[in-house]
Amino acid sequence: MTVSQHRLVIRHAPGELILPTYAKPEPGNHPPLDFPPYKSTGLRHPTKALVLLPHRLTEVTGPLLGDDLITMQDADLTTGHAGEPQGQRIIVFGQVRDSGGKPVPDTLVEIWQTNAAGRYRHSREHHPAPLDPNFDGVGRAITDQGGRYRFITIQPGSYPWGNHYNAWRPAHIHFSLFGRAFTQRLVTQMYFPGDPLLPLDPIYNSVPDEKARQRMIAAFSIEDTQPEWALAYRFDIVLRGREASIFEDEGHGH
Amino acid sequence: MGELLTPSQTVGPYFSMRLPWDQGPYVVPAGTPGAITIIGRLLDGAGDPIPDGLIETWQASPEGRFAHPDDPRGPVPDGDKAFRGFGRVPTGHDGSFKIVTLKPGALPAGDGQVEAPHIDVSVFSRGMLDRSVTRIYFPDEPEANAADPVLAQVPDERLVTLIAVPAGDALLRFDIHMQGPAETVFFDL
Ligand SMILES: [Fe+2]
Repeated sequence: MTVSQHRLVIRHAPGELILPTYAKPEPGNHPPLDFPPYKSTGLRHPTKALVLLPHRLTEVTGPLLGDDLITMQDADLTTGHAGEPQGQRIIVFGQVRDSGGKPVPDTLVEIWQTNAAGRYRHSREHHPAPLDPNFDGVGRAITDQGGRYRFITIQPGSYPWGNHYNAWRPAHIHFSLFGRAFTQRLVTQMYFPGDPLLPLDPIYNSVPDEKARQRMIAAFSIEDTQPEWALAYRFDIVLRGREASIFEDEGHGH
Repeated sequence: MGELLTPSQTVGPYFSMRLPWDQGPYVVPAGTPGAITIIGRLLDGAGDPIPDGLIETWQASPEGRFAHPDDPRGPVPDGDKAFRGFGRVPTGHDGSFKIVTLKPGALPAGDGQVEAPHIDVSVFSRGMLDRSVTRIYFPDEPEANAADPVLAQVPDERLVTLIAVPAGDALLRFDIHMQGPAETVFFDL
């Protein structure tokens, strides 16, 4: 283990603060904010140069949202209604870790998705596919000490959208993660292996680096598939990791 | 070095389905002594409201502390019951949002500098493939703002986009312009 993989905030001499710095993503790892094939980026991306924000106290801390917001039930999207939802039951599980390979424990993972027919339960949703009275499509979980999470849900459907003629989103599950620091916040989407819509989707293809793009595709797991009950997909999520740097406060060094 | 990160993708239009929680805009409960309300609108490059945005805020307590183990100054006095500092609110049909909070304290920045009171803000919406990050600073802190090491890196003519505007008693306005002549300063985190 290198030093950057430890949790690194230690008090040394009085007045001396050591704060972590979070490594920058590699070029091509994240999508550009201006991506013309995804039309809605046009009026919604910053056009002026970004200003560097060093990682100080506000950036190396972050909301530790936890048990007061969720129950165990929140990780099972197939229960809590009068009946069972339509569609293929699936287990979606994985590990949240940082780019140094260290698991991220006790962090909130939120998901939202369509039902089996490709329909979101939302007032602005107009896709003429049926709602499922037994499926809301939202879930929450907290990672365990090994950074692991597990949801039980339904295979989401594809849905049309207005970006271009005959545009359809590949089936996906939206994920939101906080990590342990403001710098680690991530909103992403999980896709399914072999989806024929993937090569056609501007949102998936907005990520320049092909290897990074493939990070968003879950892996089918026969080992974790439960006989007679549910298919399983593994989706590991990697957040920014730390490097060490030293800050001193006013009381030191004068 | 290290693993590739999981790439960012847009939050899409449907986050607000069920995920925002009722107390999201209330970093502190309404009526908390000293509470301030920050209102604003999220606007696109045509000046139109963004009705499917999500605003999140993160900040120190009025004492300049965080209820977080990575604050190296040690545990906060009230432990688990301390000020949590997180706000989350979806934008309305007119792009509007509202956060009720306490004004944060100043923070040691290192090298003897002090960061002026500020709130970190993440902006998400359909059409944004990654979040945009900005900061809210306070209009009643001209000296602290002038000495702030982050504001020192911002071109003078754009500073105004980062400083909330008084809008009434304990009320501030902070509009977020994604583009245009008043484009908000966004940060490379
Ligand atoms: Fe979606």
